[in-house]
Amino acid sequence: MPKSRKKIQFNNLGELPPMAMSLRSMAANPTGSWRNLRPEIRYEDCIQCMICWKYCPDAAIELDGEKPVINLDFCKGCGICAEECPKKCIAMLKEGK
Amino acid sequence: MKKVIMGNHALSHGATLARVQVIAAYPITPQTQVVELLSEIVADQKLKAAFIKVESEHSAMAACIGASSAGARAFTATSSQGLALMHELLHWAAGARLPIVMAEVNRAMAPPWSIWSDQNDSLSQRDTGWMQFYCQSNQEVLDTVIQAYKICEKVLMPAMIVLDAFSLSHTYEAVDIPDQELVDRYLPPFSFKYKLDVNDPHTFGGLTKPDWYMEFRYKMHEALEQALPLIKEEGKRFGDMFGRAYDTLDPYRVDDADTVLVTSGTAASTARYTVDKLRRKGKKVGNLRVRVLRPFPFADIRRELANAKKIVVIDRNISFGYHGIFAQEVKSALYGHCSAPVFCFIAGLGGRDIFPETIEGILAECGRAKKPKQDIYWVEVKK
Repeated sequence: MPKSRKKIQFNNLGELPPMAMSLRSMAANPTGSWRNLRPEIRYEDCIQCMICWKYCPDAAIELDGEKPVINLDFCKGCGICAEECPKKCIAMLKEGK
Repeated sequence: MKKVIMGNHALSHGATLARVQVIAAYPITPQTQVVELLSEIVADQKLKAAFIKVESEHSAMAACIGASSAGARAFTATSSQGLALMHELLHWAAGARLPIVMAEVNRAMAPPWSIWSDQNDSLSQRDTGWMQFYCQSNQEVLDTVIQAYKICEKVLMPAMIVLDAFSLSHTYEAVDIPDQELVDRYLPPFSFKYKLDVNDPHTFGGLTKPDWYMEFRYKMHEALEQALPLIKEEGKRFGDMFGRAYDTLDPYRVDDADTVLVTSGTAASTARYTVDKLRRKGKKVGNLRVRVLRPFPFADIRRELANAKKIVVIDRNISFGYHGIFAQEVKSALYGHCSAPVFCFIAGLGGRDIFPETIEGILAECGRAKKPKQDIYWVEVKK
């Protein structure tokens, strides 16, 4: 998990920016706990086309060389990668099982 | 340089002089020529801007929001149903504090289909946080685009430049197109402290709990309150530099008037013609044109109408089951400050012309009545 989990806190109106903005990037805001379904890549069938990487709306798929790796600290389990995978080699598994 | 141009092209020239960097638009009558000319100006490389063609007005505003978030000066134009389709994103632009300027050519809402002018489209967006400037001439249209960017970028709120369909958008008038050099001196480049930046990443507009949401709303309101003196100040400064000053209101023969006609948009010039005619007959009539509806110039309204014995508001719009919208705003500003009766007239919906005779008819209807006989008068509606 990313190190910084400090709550964003303002003390008064003057400290508040004009619009709601995070003090850091979304890297400081892990969303993996939202997940009900966990994607699992069957690497023997993966052709490394990078389509899952391209479609992931949370940029939670990283590349290890050309191999896609799902970052479970951020993956919300939406299943778009599994839907878009042309080889159908991403399974969505129930969390906790 | 003076040129005879249509209202829509006055907007294009205004945006060009303001050196807008991103234009995103979807065509809709009667606005189309605004971005048509801009697309030519960009294609001819006379303006260094990205022209983004999109599939809907919702997307046009979304593109402007993206561009403005990244610190670009963004512009779009729309009308009627197109503006209505943008509604969600109008709230977003204001809430995200983006100084986008948009041309809004007033066109009546459907059904029934109409391409002609009335103000129900822009007034339906009254509470989105956008400033609204209602213009009377092509010159004012051009000048207001330039002033709007200055004001918007200082208070970080968006603005609409509103003009009547056809009676302004397609009407040709002599317009002084100011020198670029002078405009550059008036309007410096936009520098955005809170922009999207890959080297300093932040997310914007994220979930805000009840303990701070209200403060963001307060800040938006505060920004529009700050905009009010700024509109006056910048309008005056514009006058010093370009010879044409502007204010929130535009009074005409109001000082000693017993009856003041309150109008907005192009109806003002007809009202003024009628005022002059009636003045020649010895009637003490004046016209007060409301140029800025948001932020609402409470104090200016109270000052200008302080001596009026009768106030007659002509609304080219209708809040169904209530009043004309300008009438309701004027009444609320005067409540407790002025005891003069406010007469509320609905005229010129769906592009029906407001003639001098129409306005004389309205004044005759008020006649010698001390107070309105009805809460709302519909003008020249067939029986």
